[in-house]
Amino acid sequence: MNFSKSFRNTFLVILLSLIVSACATKKTTTKIEGQMQGDVYTGTDTVKYLADGVPDRVFFATNESILTTKSRDTLRKQATWLRENSSINVVVEGHADERGTREYNLALGERRANAAKDYLITYGISADRISVISYGKERPVDSGSNPLSWSKNRRSVTVKAN
Amino acid sequence: MFRIINLFFIISFLLSTKAYSLIEIDITRGNLDPLPIAVSPLFQNDNSKRNSINELKIENVGSEISLVVENNLKISGLFNPLNKEAFLQKPDIAHLKPRFEDWALIKAQALITGKVTIEDKKLKVEFRLWDILAGREMMALAFTTVPSNWRRVGHIISDKVYERLTGEKGYFDTRIIYVSEEGPKTARVKKLAIMDQDGFNTKYLTLGNELVLTPRFNPTSQMVTYLSYFKNLPRVYLLDIETGTQEVVGDFPGMTFAPRFSPDGKKIIMSFAKDGNSDIYTMDLENRIVERITNHPSIDTSPSYSPDNKFITFNSDRSGFQQIYVMKADGSNVKRISFGKGLYGTPVWSPRGDLIAFTKLHKGKFYIGVMRTDGSGERLLTENYYQEAPSWSPNGRVLIFYRETKSNDKGEGFSAKLWSIDLTGYNERQVQTETDASDPSWSSLLSN
Repeated sequence: MNFSKSFRNTFLVILLSLIVSACATKKTTTKIEGQMQGDVYTGTDTVKYLADGVPDRVFFATNESILTTKSRDTLRKQATWLRENSSINVVVEGHADERGTREYNLALGERRANAAKDYLITYGISADRISVISYGKERPVDSGSNPLSWSKNRRSVTVKAN
Repeated sequence: MFRIINLFFIISFLLSTKAYSLIEIDITRGNLDPLPIAVSPLFQNDNSKRNSINELKIENVGSEISLVVENNLKISGLFNPLNKEAFLQKPDIAHLKPRFEDWALIKAQALITGKVTIEDKKLKVEFRLWDILAGREMMALAFTTVPSNWRRVGHIISDKVYERLTGEKGYFDTRIIYVSEEGPKTARVKKLAIMDQDGFNTKYLTLGNELVLTPRFNPTSQMVTYLSYFKNLPRVYLLDIETGTQEVVGDFPGMTFAPRFSPDGKKIIMSFAKDGNSDIYTMDLENRIVERITNHPSIDTSPSYSPDNKFITFNSDRSGFQQIYVMKADGSNVKRISFGKGLYGTPVWSPRGDLIAFTKLHKGKFYIGVMRTDGSGERLLTENYYQEAPSWSPNGRVLIFYRETKSNDKGEGFSAKLWSIDLTGYNERQVQTETDASDPSWSSLLSN
């Protein structure tokens, strides 16, 4: 009995989402074009700033931990800021999207955070000023289930630790 | 924190149970024709009913136990418990000597009868299993325990019936440890929770102050291993669910995760992430010696031992993508076993030894499947928007896993629930939990 009820509800939800997505398709497509390159997020919706002109986060392609040109640019800005503020330590948080198994995503988040950390080290920041933590897929910033939301969640975020 | 009631069962055979039966159930195939079984309410006399109310605030614990049995048999998918309203014979009389014609008339092939008494703060239960077609008794058992254990009595009866009719151990007197989830996706509160296999007696083991993930039972004791972000340091912990004491596993200078016990209960196997690379390590729980098992610049995670402790299956992206591998327990002889299309994760070795269950991602869909330990015979059991992390029932016949629903752009419509499915791919069911739930792990049988 419960089963058929939940089935009916599911059916309704599917039906509704079909109607909604049918209306929204056109709008979403243009939105994605402006904010993603490949499947890497290039927008600024969720970005915060460590200081004026210093974005706190970089974004990754699905299953990747390679830094894009834009990410490297952001991390160089972070490195410059960290050199000017030598008393500040940071934590680099690594994150994954919800489309992967939990344990693999924990490892992937750690790999992404370390990619960012390594780049900061290359630009002269001492390793002992940077710690890393992976949250895997546990702390999304965007709770949608669509490619744009996922792209915002595949990120590493540099956070002041003191 | 939470204490298991110390229980003491006295099992005695009322009669010898040599009789072989005409009825039996084949559980190796999807059972589309479940066995019609009548579960007569267990008889309780008036004096015992008064004690039942005093002790348990339940008027008829005999009926309640029979409902536990009925529900277990039904969710196994192998039995079709018949409507009690159709029963012609009263419980006490049926328990002494069923009129087999009456039960055959309502198409029952098997019958469970019984009797409970509560006296001197003890619950005494006896039950019999009858073969209606052959017209004879198949099994008779009696238990004595504390009254508060009445649900467990129902589970043990279910296990005995299952074993007698299928020839394999049951899985009803077991518990599930899982992660309870509440709140919006971006600020999810997660707690460790434990419940009986049928969703009753839920207890919360943590308060939700820190993120907790992937709890797993020790197959040989009341210990659990899990990942906790206590003090924002993600580490593998060991928790004794009887005493509530917990400790960090090992002294690693970084994140440890994906823990699991070895089947002999002597080791914890897990991943340790350092400098962007995750490898597999073990810690011996007796002498605390840590051993490195893999040493590879790729991600190695989700390790799971074979039941003889001789092999380990794990997840690695050393080929460029997530795939499943098998190696010897010392880390030698690494072989990739997954070669199908898509990504593979969360391999977990069957307690029977012959299969590995996994999660597969292919073309935007998630599957729970099984393959042989050499990678052959891949069989996908269920497809959905998102599901992962299968855990085996102790008899290796059922998998429990979690499934998430898609949310809209505002994050609405999201849910995480536990589901189970038979190895045959049939009998897919949602497992009831008080809250949203994920990361289930099935215990061993609590009694035998």
